[in-house]
Amino acid sequence: MADALKIGGRDLTSRLFLGTGKFSANRLIPEVVKASGAQVVTVALRRVDTDYQEENIAAYVPAGCILMPNTSGARTAEEAVRIARLARAAGCGDWVKIEVIRDNRYLLPDNYETIKATEILAAEGFVVLPYMSPDLSVAKRLAEAGAAAVMPLGSPIGSNRGLRTRELIRILIEEIPLPIIVDAGIGRPSEAAEAMEMGAAAVLVNTAIATAGDPVAMGRAFGLAVEAGRAAYLAGMPGTVDYARASSPLTGFLRD
Amino acid sequence: MIKGTGNVSFYEERLKYAGFDFEGFFRRVTDADIERALARDRLAPQDYLALLSPRAEGFLEEMAQRAHRLTVQHFGRVILLYTPMYLSDHCVNQCLYCGFRAQNRLERKKLTPAQVEEEARVIAATGLKHVLILTGESRRESPVSYIRECVEVLRKHFTSISIEIYPLELEEYRELISAGVDGLTIYQEVYDEEVYAALHPAGPKRNYRFRLEAPERACRAGIRTVNVGALLGLHHWRSEAFFTGLHAGYLQDKFPEVEVSMSPPRMRPQMGGFQPRVKVGDRNLVQYMLAFRLFMPRAGITISTRERAELRDHLVRLGATRMSAGSCTAVGGRLEHWSAGQFEISDERSVAEMARMIYSQGYQPVFKDWHTV
Repeated sequence: MADALKIGGRDLTSRLFLGTGKFSANRLIPEVVKASGAQVVTVALRRVDTDYQEENIAAYVPAGCILMPNTSGARTAEEAVRIARLARAAGCGDWVKIEVIRDNRYLLPDNYETIKATEILAAEGFVVLPYMSPDLSVAKRLAEAGAAAVMPLGSPIGSNRGLRTRELIRILIEEIPLPIIVDAGIGRPSEAAEAMEMGAAAVLVNTAIATAGDPVAMGRAFGLAVEAGRAAYLAGMPGTVDYARASSPLTGFLRD
Repeated sequence: MIKGTGNVSFYEERLKYAGFDFEGFFRRVTDADIERALARDRLAPQDYLALLSPRAEGFLEEMAQRAHRLTVQHFGRVILLYTPMYLSDHCVNQCLYCGFRAQNRLERKKLTPAQVEEEARVIAATGLKHVLILTGESRRESPVSYIRECVEVLRKHFTSISIEIYPLELEEYRELISAGVDGLTIYQEVYDEEVYAALHPAGPKRNYRFRLEAPERACRAGIRTVNVGALLGLHHWRSEAFFTGLHAGYLQDKFPEVEVSMSPPRMRPQMGGFQPRVKVGDRNLVQYMLAFRLFMPRAGITISTRERAELRDHLVRLGATRMSAGSCTAVGGRLEHWSAGQFEISDERSVAEMARMIYSQGYQPVFKDWHTV
């Protein structure tokens, strides 16, 4: 398949991952999936309720999608591991997005606990996608620990502030041999396109879609932006110059 | 323990405001102070107090717009539903304002584990997964071992169990957490220490400091969520709201891993007929919620059925994140036998009716938002 994103033995054609925690109704999830083309949908296990199908968020993820449970609410590696195991036991598959957060003011992830959880879960055969604060040495450790991708934040969850960590993400894209998926902080389609132009493998979006005036239309806009950004990256982004091309070049005398 | 708070407890933190002239502060607040507070990303305590001032009533709509935006941004369009379950109304305290106070003559009740199971089934059938269990203060009738036994029964039916009981020692909190409790609700009732003493003339609840520091002990014991509050109507609401916010902020700074929330409960009619000392109107309640949301953008706000249906419908869009539904304040009240409740509730809608109302506002009712692991 041309330009497929390969993660955990799967070939993905869509590079937009969808978060689900903030929708005003679960029934919007399949509509947004359809409009955006998203193939990976993350759901907090804390919200999955197999006893109550009508209100069970996981039941709204269309059959063709990869359901990626996340460990939202975990404060330690140990809790994240327990949540991931519960998710697998509940039939949510092998993919897991690790979220370990010990900071309820900014919801910034705890990289140290995240590495520990990644190590344990990768060894147990999970396809592990850890959410992290962008940091090169942490990303290397996550790769060594067996992560299937690395998910650095663009800015704090729900902040819609865009790619504030751009420089650090750029370094991860250059140095880490795993897909880099920008997760959190992307507030508008142009920022998703920007991440993709930089060479991010995918982006994960929830707040900007779920809290938009028309979430379905916004899902479509993000799908298009991610495609455009990816196409631009593949086309080879021309370098930018901030000076005019001199009409009398300094090296014009060189003849040989 | 992060930040500079070290081992200073909230009791000591609060003493910094001993003798603070609230009336003077409110007289001096200007429109510019309020506009500055509204423009800040992170509000200082004096900004919060400015938003609680009578003068800020003129900015209610601006506050509402910003509070609404922040709540949607951080929590999404969702409201978590839970319900209270009273286990026992035996109580040795003398709180002048409470229907369960020791000298009120009522037939006291305590659920047996079998009755807990029976009531749990009734609640679970509504789809709720979060339950808040309550008892009066009686270490003889409802000791920690009894509460633990009830929690073990409830775990079969609910994924999140919070307690609203008398303050415990740290080890006791640890015991209940290991049994499956993940949340603590404890209202200080009144932050003003002198008024507190007058309203609690006898019983273990007279110990102001032991109660005030209960959330800290629970946090140290590893609780996931704490919910604090002042009972509105017992003292000047603006200063009580201020201290509640400071308390929440203190807990969030000191225990960043804990989810902090607050309730703004207003007094309701109850057996014994205590009259609220201070009137707290709807406008006051809304101002309090909005100011708190701006001060603590990621903290939860819990609205119980003490408030009437029509007002609760509006509060969905004004910063609320959790609401009770299908409530009953009597021990065993969902079973066949009737008994007197702690207070009269105002919103008697069923869980299904509440869910419909929330959907009709363009919000999603969430029945499960934690799974004890």
